[in-house]
Amino acid sequence: MTFESITDAQAESNLVAAEAKFQPNLAGRYRLDAIFKAATIAATTIAIAVLAWLMFDVLISGVGSLDRSFLTSFPSRRPEQAGILSALAGTGWVMFLVAVFSFPIGVGSGLFLEEFSGDNWFARFIEINISNLAGVPSIIYGLLGLTAFVIILGDWTGGRSILTGALTLTLLILPIIIVATREALRAVPDSIRQAGYALGANSWQVIWSHTLPTAFPGILTGVILALSRAIGETAPLITIGALTFIPFLPEGPLDPFTVLPIQIYNWVSRPQKDFHDLAASGIIVLLVVLLVMNSFAIFLRSRFQKAR
Amino acid sequence: MLPAAAIEDIRGKGFISCRSPPILNRKLLLLQLLMSAETPSSKNVHLWQANYESAKTLETIIRVLCGFFAVISIATTAGIIGTLIFETIEFFQEVPLWQFLTDTRWTPLFASKQFGIFVLMSATLLTSTIAILVAVPLGLLSAIFLSEYASTTMRKTLKPLLEVLAGIPSVVFGYFALLTVTPFLQEIFDFVRTPIPIPAWLDFLPFTQYYEPDFFLELPFPYLEGFNALSAGLVLGISITPLVASLSEDAIYSVPQGLRDGAYALGATKRETILAVVIPAALSGIVASIILAISRAVGETMIVTLAAGQNPNLGFNPFVPVMTMTAYIVQVSLGDTAVGTLPYKTIFAVGMTLFLMTLTLNIFSFWFVRRFRERYE
Repeated sequence: MTFESITDAQAESNLVAAEAKFQPNLAGRYRLDAIFKAATIAATTIAIAVLAWLMFDVLISGVGSLDRSFLTSFPSRRPEQAGILSALAGTGWVMFLVAVFSFPIGVGSGLFLEEFSGDNWFARFIEINISNLAGVPSIIYGLLGLTAFVIILGDWTGGRSILTGALTLTLLILPIIIVATREALRAVPDSIRQAGYALGANSWQVIWSHTLPTAFPGILTGVILALSRAIGETAPLITIGALTFIPFLPEGPLDPFTVLPIQIYNWVSRPQKDFHDLAASGIIVLLVVLLVMNSFAIFLRSRFQKAR
Repeated sequence: MLPAAAIEDIRGKGFISCRSPPILNRKLLLLQLLMSAETPSSKNVHLWQANYESAKTLETIIRVLCGFFAVISIATTAGIIGTLIFETIEFFQEVPLWQFLTDTRWTPLFASKQFGIFVLMSATLLTSTIAILVAVPLGLLSAIFLSEYASTTMRKTLKPLLEVLAGIPSVVFGYFALLTVTPFLQEIFDFVRTPIPIPAWLDFLPFTQYYEPDFFLELPFPYLEGFNALSAGLVLGISITPLVASLSEDAIYSVPQGLRDGAYALGATKRETILAVVIPAALSGIVASIILAISRAVGETMIVTLAAGQNPNLGFNPFVPVMTMTAYIVQVSLGDTAVGTLPYKTIFAVGMTLFLMTLTLNIFSFWFVRRFRERYE
């Protein structure tokens, strides 16, 4: 049978047979579509709802004991007298030192990788190394800090001191700062660098007067986000032996210390309900500090984006 | 003729590059000659002397300094590996490897010491598995919603909210798991276990108990203890959901629109397009995000320490207290264990095991992305 010899009737019957075999079943497929869409909405809602539940629960339990004396008292065995003064001071000290250490080191490493070194084996090795470091659990950094800063360098760092804690957290957040710095530097258009070179500047002069100022908001955003990660870290500081009960204010970087998350951990792990409420109050303080830092980072980011 | 002030300005800023081509230097020389011709004062001559040198020195110093900073990250890795290996070797000189791998109890702090790492590993596996069972469906479906269904404004509001969730410190999640989720789950468990009175003629049903004077239907539902792997795992899953959602969303969002249009042109519905075209195209990114989430769950400390308890139990019962590897390190660190003793060395052996597990997962994730990444123009 040749192609031309197919009659209309045969073609018709072929079509009917094909339609009988292939059922688009659109109604059923659209029903499945609706179910699938509902599932995605439900998943997102659950994630947000749990966040709301957590916030609500912390607020309800913690707002009662959150007053001026909570912020200005030392920890105590009596819940009604206990406060977070020494934990706040410790967090302040540690964060100040972490910022002082991690900012130059992180930005410097980012500059080295992005601006100074070309695409050679050394830069690639450091790059792989940094992405590996970002995946190491924080408690492992605590073990490193315990050996390196408490035991080996203990004479200089004062053992289980603020300085040790700050150095450990610096190593922990360095990968985050380096990655953020590199992204910010990469976002600077090359024409700006070339304009600098055309004026006769050398590479450091171009970086200092052109590249860094342009990338600075992006770098600062990354540094603030990294610091807000460090402020909530508990495990590495417990591992290096930060104390849980400090009824005095640290006077220098070589003094023993406690920080807000460790104080919260200590209160949560006690059996009495009153201490649990204190923990919730401490969490409110911690979250407010984090919120302020994050809003500042978001503010910087939006200003940076508007400017371009 | 350049005014002297302008040249002074150039000199003052040291803005003459060491890389400036020789022709420029010759021009400058000419300028200098002209200048000296006009202003006979010989004092001005030194203005032209090599400021490139200081600029060049400064650049070299900065370059070396930045290189040194970059080396710190290598030193960190070396430090971590060195520390762990050194103490782990010392540990295995006292405890043979086969004992570490085959003991069925973990009691390094007791008089009769046993070192079965699988006791701790089983707890870590249990909490991580529960966490992944929560985080993968929640995170992936949220990512699909944000990328495919949500309007632009909704996406712009929800993504920062998820980032807020990601930024909550783990000790806060620990509080939530121990003091909110566990009591909540206990109420549910107790409610399900409550005996239901039934009429006597239904006594053929399974799980029927007879307490004077009535028959009761009593479901054999487990009792949930105050510390348990279940609520720790559930909250751990919630805490890593934003990681899965955010990274998967990036991968899904970057699938080119042309692929979706192609599927629509073939008559596929939106769900069919997503499941058959978009997800496979974004698969490498999605799998990488899931592996990173597993690695995060394995290394997570505060949630499991607070909510899962401190009892080393071998097995996979999610309703009883267990002790994960990270919880053990915290327990030893909080006690006053003297440096150099056997319990002190155990935390490094446990840390080494943890490090190897996360390293394997991270390397696998890199390999997977590199091997299966789809590149689109």
